[in-house]
Amino acid sequence: MNKPKYTIAVTGLNAIDSPGPGLAIIRGLKDAKSFDVRIIGLAYEALEPGIYLHDYIDKTYQIPFPTAGQEVLFERLSYINSEENIDFLYPNFDAELYGFIKLQKHMEEILGIKMVLPTIEQFEERHKVNLYDYGIKHDIKVPKARAIYSTAEIPAAAQLYGYPLVVKGKFYDAKVAYNNEQAAQHFNKISAQWGLPILIQEFVRGSEVNVCGIGDGKGNLLGAVPMRKLYITDKGKAWAGISLDNERLLELTRNMVESTKWQGPFELEYVKTVDDEYYLLEINPRFPAWCYLTVGAGQNQMEALVNLAMGKEVEPFKSYKVGTMFIRYSNDLIVDINEFEKISTIGEL
Amino acid sequence: MVKKIYERPIIRPLNSGMMNKFGTRTEYLPVTHIDGVSVKSLIAQYGSPLFVFSERQMRENLRNAKRTFENRYPKVQFAWSYKTNYLNAICNVFHQEGSWAEVVSRFEYDKALHNGVPGDKILFNGPDKTDDDLRIAIKNNSPIHIDHLDELYRLTEIASEMNAKPRVAIRVNMDTGIYPMWDRFGFNYETGQAWDAINKILASGKLELVGLHTHIGTYMLTPSAYGVAAAKMADLALGIKNKFDTKIQYIDMGGGFASENTLKGSYLKGSDIVPSISDYAEVICTALLNAGFKNNDLPALFLETGRALIDNAGFLLGSVIANKRLSDGRKATILDFGVNILFTSFWYDHKISPAQEFGMHTEDTVLYGPLCMNIDVIRENITLPPLNAGDHVVVHHAGAYTVTQSMQFITLRPAIVMIDPKGETHVIKNNETLKDLEHNEKMPAYLQKFKLT
Amino acid sequence: MRIKKNIAVSDTGFIFNPSSGDSYSVNPIGMDIVRHLKQNKEIVEIKHAIMSDYVCDDATFEKDYYDFTMMLRNYKLLEDE
Repeated sequence: MNKPKYTIAVTGLNAIDSPGPGLAIIRGLKDAKSFDVRIIGLAYEALEPGIYLHDYIDKTYQIPFPTAGQEVLFERLSYINSEENIDFLYPNFDAELYGFIKLQKHMEEILGIKMVLPTIEQFEERHKVNLYDYGIKHDIKVPKARAIYSTAEIPAAAQLYGYPLVVKGKFYDAKVAYNNEQAAQHFNKISAQWGLPILIQEFVRGSEVNVCGIGDGKGNLLGAVPMRKLYITDKGKAWAGISLDNERLLELTRNMVESTKWQGPFELEYVKTVDDEYYLLEINPRFPAWCYLTVGAGQNQMEALVNLAMGKEVEPFKSYKVGTMFIRYSNDLIVDINEFEKISTIGEL
Repeated sequence: MVKKIYERPIIRPLNSGMMNKFGTRTEYLPVTHIDGVSVKSLIAQYGSPLFVFSERQMRENLRNAKRTFENRYPKVQFAWSYKTNYLNAICNVFHQEGSWAEVVSRFEYDKALHNGVPGDKILFNGPDKTDDDLRIAIKNNSPIHIDHLDELYRLTEIASEMNAKPRVAIRVNMDTGIYPMWDRFGFNYETGQAWDAINKILASGKLELVGLHTHIGTYMLTPSAYGVAAAKMADLALGIKNKFDTKIQYIDMGGGFASENTLKGSYLKGSDIVPSISDYAEVICTALLNAGFKNNDLPALFLETGRALIDNAGFLLGSVIANKRLSDGRKATILDFGVNILFTSFWYDHKISPAQEFGMHTEDTVLYGPLCMNIDVIRENITLPPLNAGDHVVVHHAGAYTVTQSMQFITLRPAIVMIDPKGETHVIKNNETLKDLEHNEKMPAYLQKFKLT
Repeated sequence: MRIKKNIAVSDTGFIFNPSSGDSYSVNPIGMDIVRHLKQNKEIVEIKHAIMSDYVCDDATFEKDYYDFTMMLRNYKLLEDE
């Protein structure tokens, strides 16, 4: 049988101690049975390890940071596309997603580059600050939360949720507070770094479980693998994890995808309480760094997503191998300075 | 042999993750022309710095906004926000396109009258209206937007004195879920202040309540807040209909639509995140249409948007005075315009493009104005190709609040020109002269002479 | 004024300082100047060479040259004198 060969561009090549998902996705694509690939890396920094991993990436181009604006990004992508003729693109950073979602139509129509991403409404709605309303709207259990703009609002919020409670930044960072003073301290620290508002969230005690999956945008769940982290790094990232047999979690995920008509990859972060209740903590609108576990467990979700974009019939995965583990390891690459010179000066390698 | 174009030699460190561009390509393209007229020729003819307005862009902005709202709502009226830019030529472009005037002081009010706007098409807003201002507005039949109870009482008294029934609206503030909440203007919705004021007006019978006005904030990136505001305004209007059987003629949603400028501290570029006019129109019109008005009770929708209609039509052209190296190794470029002219650089990272072709290399630079004042910083950090003294730059999105907020300080203010849709250039304000400035100064006789030895 | 012996500039304008591990990028004129300095040329010669290649006046070049070499010294790419 004749397999097609796709040129697929991937960002998130920072396979460092708090890794982006790029390399995991590339491994999934290389394992694909239904097509062959040529991989184009898209890097922001000259030291992203993926740039130098020539077994995985055929060629890397630097792209401008999201702060440079969509116009500049589009111009750069047009150039890269004129060299490489890209079929599909995988954006992987939270900060870049907004720009890619906005450019999606343009990229498909003018450059012929396909992507599968959530809609801008889905992307905005699931933001931390909006998650509580999102939960109410879609009948998903989420910890109670409210956005506040001043420490004066802390006591009122504390009365509602009681201590301990979680003080969260708009984009990153979360700290547990046990009294008003501590909450105010966290508020000041986090708001200084990430700005306002600050989220005051009910503290839900339990263990964290995550799901990596894809929705087809019509309400169907195409694949999902639940995972529990077995060990985490000091940055809270997974060091090792294992796939779980958890019908309840899959049910919740199926409901979420059906209710929101989620389109594209996602990672759901849940807390499971001692009473076996599941609270949704976060929706990440992209594949997580541990997504290669889904391939190991028998669901090549990265491959499925590309086929979905190419208009192929994609059958939902029916099962996965429970008890599949991943253990992350780091490795020191040996690199010639000429390679660093090339990516640094001409922005290509 | 043809000599190559000279570019200042530059060196910059590479490692330590400082590379935030792709290779050595530059971020911006040079902008050599505005509406087909070359920057070089504009500066040669009118001097540097120079404000340039594109009439074509202004008309296009307003037409597009009108079309966008009118496609969704049957009765729409724009009123040009004078404070955004009250150069007479600019105002008249908008008046020619059908905009009324929205003013917040007697000075602006007189300007609008002088421009030929009929009194009943001038919306008089703002917390500062003197007795005399109110009398003039009553005489001209202008809708007076009442800001506070003191004004309400005063106006009622003056109306009695004049034996007139002024047309009024009240300014309403409310919680729309955004921060900061603008509760300093008008009467609050949630606490019942607004409803109370409405009751006072309608019970007294001395004033004619024609409208309701709100203005929820400035540079609003969240269109949904306008949906909340429109629903609350509609709720008031329906309450008035139910209790007093009085039809409100218009709901004035004010302004606050964002332009494509980038606010300081914003991670993404303004042009990437600002909602479009249709995003705002959609939520406002939907909220009003779904509020439950009977068809012929539907009030007109007034809009006072300023910034979003003019910002991208204004440019500030300038020139490089000098380059220098700061003690910490950063490059600094001194331009011939400062914060006195580009006041908005206090809160925006204005997009600034070189006005001539350049190479592929860039440098991180601080842009200073020419004032001998430490606060005179146009951009704390910008990546630009090396500029030589005498080179020109173009500041984008400099149409809103720049001219009206510019101040005469240390230097004289520059000329302002408008390029018409045919590409002809017209001076719409001459550059300031020493004579203009001293025109109102008086010299006591005993100070007229001195001798220095 | 001399560039340190172990420092070279590549055709892409990449400069690596092997004793510190730092690397830099220079634009084409910067590259020309570094190469001239490597050949121990004096400012008069360098100016002559640059001005025969590029459209530039005396004062501008001298000012920029001074600034550029100050940066080279700053980055410790010049021999101590």
